[in-house]
Amino acid sequence: MSARVKWRRFVSNFMLTLTGLCALVSVSVLFLILGYLVFNGGKSINWAFFTQLPKPVGEAGGGMANAIVGSAKLLMAASLLGVPIGFFGGIYLAEFSRSAVASVVRYAADLLNGVPSIVIGIFAYSMVVLPFKHFSTLAGAFALGLMMIPITLRSTEEFLGGVPRYLREGAMALGASKWKTIATVVVPAAYRGILTAILLALARVAGETAPLLFTAFGNRYWSEGWGQPTASLPVVIFNYAVSPYEDWHRQAWAAGLVLLGLILIINILARTILSRGIAVPRS
Amino acid sequence: MATAKTTLPNAGPVSGSRSFLSRLRDGDEIARLTTMVFAATVVLITLLLVYELWTDSALARAKFGLHFLVTRVWDPNIDQYGALPFMYGTLVTSAVALLIAVPLGIGAAIFLAELAPPRISDTLQFFIDLLAAVPSVIYGLLGVFIIVPLMRTVIFPALNEPLGFMPFFKGPSYGVGFLTAGIVLAIMVIPYIISVSREVLLSVPSDQREAALALGSTRWESTWKVVVPFAKTGILGSVFLALARALGETMAVTMVIGNTPTISASLFSPGDSIASVIANQFTEATGDVYLQALVELGLVLFLMTFILNGLARILIVVTTQKGSGVPV
Amino acid sequence: MKRIAVLVVGVLALGAIVWAQNPLLINGAGATFPYPIYSKWFDEYHKKFANIQFNYQSVGSGAGIKQATEGTVDFGATDGPMNDDQLKAFQDKRGSGILHFPTVLGAVVPTYNVPGVSGALDFTPEALAGIFLGKITKWNDPAITGANKGVNLPANDIVLIHRSDGSGTTYIWTDYLSKVSDEWKSKVGKNTSVNWPVGLGGKGNEGVTGLIKQTPNSIGYVELIYAAQNNIPYGAVKNSSGSFVKADLASVSAAAAGAAKDIPEDFRVSITNAPGKSAYPISSFTWLLIPQKFQDAGKRDAVKGFLMWMLADGQNYAEALSYAKLPKEVIEKEKKAINSIQ
Repeated sequence: MSARVKWRRFVSNFMLTLTGLCALVSVSVLFLILGYLVFNGGKSINWAFFTQLPKPVGEAGGGMANAIVGSAKLLMAASLLGVPIGFFGGIYLAEFSRSAVASVVRYAADLLNGVPSIVIGIFAYSMVVLPFKHFSTLAGAFALGLMMIPITLRSTEEFLGGVPRYLREGAMALGASKWKTIATVVVPAAYRGILTAILLALARVAGETAPLLFTAFGNRYWSEGWGQPTASLPVVIFNYAVSPYEDWHRQAWAAGLVLLGLILIINILARTILSRGIAVPRS
Repeated sequence: MATAKTTLPNAGPVSGSRSFLSRLRDGDEIARLTTMVFAATVVLITLLLVYELWTDSALARAKFGLHFLVTRVWDPNIDQYGALPFMYGTLVTSAVALLIAVPLGIGAAIFLAELAPPRISDTLQFFIDLLAAVPSVIYGLLGVFIIVPLMRTVIFPALNEPLGFMPFFKGPSYGVGFLTAGIVLAIMVIPYIISVSREVLLSVPSDQREAALALGSTRWESTWKVVVPFAKTGILGSVFLALARALGETMAVTMVIGNTPTISASLFSPGDSIASVIANQFTEATGDVYLQALVELGLVLFLMTFILNGLARILIVVTTQKGSGVPV
Repeated sequence: MKRIAVLVVGVLALGAIVWAQNPLLINGAGATFPYPIYSKWFDEYHKKFANIQFNYQSVGSGAGIKQATEGTVDFGATDGPMNDDQLKAFQDKRGSGILHFPTVLGAVVPTYNVPGVSGALDFTPEALAGIFLGKITKWNDPAITGANKGVNLPANDIVLIHRSDGSGTTYIWTDYLSKVSDEWKSKVGKNTSVNWPVGLGGKGNEGVTGLIKQTPNSIGYVELIYAAQNNIPYGAVKNSSGSFVKADLASVSAAAAGAAKDIPEDFRVSITNAPGKSAYPISSFTWLLIPQKFQDAGKRDAVKGFLMWMLADGQNYAEALSYAKLPKEVIEKEKKAINSIQ
């Protein structure tokens, strides 16, 4: 074997090992992040953290109960906006898709998906906060809901499209009208994928901070109903992290751990559901 | 034989053949119209968003015109606003992010697509997808408490001592700055580069690889000289995607960039980005021109990401279609 | 899994309890300067009247003025009084006037993180102006060492930290610098947000304090309590009578003593660089911005009630947090002004 071939082999092995290192580095970042959060935040997670309201500035203790509930309310309301529009819009694209309207819709959804979250915040401020003269959970939910629409829409379309033709044709041969077919056969067949998409969309917006800065604003107390400003986990993390108080830093780590933990759980759940396959075996 | 009364399934609305009202009585037409309304809402919202951005920046656009894009001054005191320092900050931090993330990302993607056995590849991809799900504020948290001190104590001395003569590495360093923000952004965009590049590489038809190997190339040579060039437009698309994400990133950047509208060649200098300044100053912009200048910045950012996303999609589609043999 | 279920049930239960109570929520936003005392006050007031909640967000005076003008919050707070243009804008947008109510007296101190220096440095007005103009760049510059003989100041570069958001604290600081330095006055001026010649931006008093704590060789300006609560050294400043005075209750009250008797009807006054041997030169009132007309009678009464409490019992909490009480004359004038809120 000539020296040249030996050299080429060496280069090959070397470069390929290098790529392996790249992959290792990339993946280990995830574990580093988790590790830091667990290490720094783990010790601050206690019952008080989950049940108490924040204490005045400079006093130790207190918790983030209102931020946790606030985030939950925001996500609930955001889903009420984002999921129906995305879901039914996705049905339209998948089932009635031959019109020009459909490609316009797809394009608009992709556009909306690419809008930076801070710009969505500006939009929500002018649409909801200014007219009602109030920072509110509703405004925050509006911003988050908008961000959920494109993900839900495209995924619904994709998964509905993946349902095999024979299912549709079978239903129609039995006399079902188109909408009945969709409602009773196609959607149930694709439900895993759609559920996954909704979960992923939720996980994506659960961590969004920027659009909440000028919509949900912030609240040291419980937020009544939907028309008042509300605390939320990501915004509280941001405020506490840039503050000078050690106690608040501790709480920011703990909140970060809780937030990331929730998001990762939703992601893992979603992907596990998806990997179990669609409800009907493909032909 | 008794014939059961069967209703023939509808073949769908044939245009012009039945009156609208009778078509409406069909469940199908209602379903189509209802779902179309929801779908149309998406278009409506998007149009409204662009419209709002355009009209809410009208005063500022009228006052500064295209000069806005090249003015350095940002002074609320005298109502003079220019986008240049923020565009600079946005572009520099994104460039640094790409410089770090692209080699790492493509390397990892090559490993996942070419070398790793499918199960390991899928498992690792799973973790990479999880990394993509980490919210921005968490990256900010890590940036503030870990990367900023690291920058001050380790990275700055390491780069400044040998390379301090170059304008890029001139001190002083405060811990925060372009480089710190760039590093945080790099971590955030690597998953996008990896997942898309991996998919694109996987879609390269195996006959390309095999032909190269049959001709006697090493694994690396077949990958680097045949597969990757074949997939290069798609990989470029993933880079554009990553870039679009980096441009719009707000929280992680604002926590580590230093919040000073500065244009400086030094990577250790503090600066500001478009998203970051909007987040900081939007709620306090008194005076109409001030607020509208911020909205105009939002418009600029929107346009930048819009163009990039469009280009990215075209590139990725072109590559995957090429791979599957569908004529482009 | 079980813990998650318990958590979810717990959260929902808490939510149900919250739904049942229905307290009156009054939203305010503004200055970070008085945030420690405001958060204490609102907390104490809530303990007294459990069905009234004042939700105050510390987002900076600029945002306080802006959001009060837009009407998205019920009241604002600022340490830089609204100028005539802003007052007019409020009148145009909201259809009524807006009143300034001084709440406490505070001080803005030069605070720093210099390796090896743990005590109080003395700063002359020239030194401060020079540092913030970017003309004095090293800690061992004669302008600084001249006033601090005996202190070992290193030859390191000064890292300047200022506010990145619209800030009343900035207003007070730049107001002072404009009075003591003509160059500053013409080059930069005084405002809640200025074009800083040099330096790094931190968000809120909190952000600046955080940055100073973490950045060696830094100097910035924060409200006194932020430096005190976080154990970072702050310096004394030479006042108009020539003495180096450190900010504390006595020196801040001394600065206000002169202005108290002649305070204008709308309470907008600057007491920086006040005359008096023991006066701290960078002191200021801080104000709550209360609209003159309230749509909601319940909110109006709650606000008026709070203001009366603030002028009486509330003042007793100030000194523990290093804010000086309001002079008696000012309190009396304010009590009369409360009646004009409709």
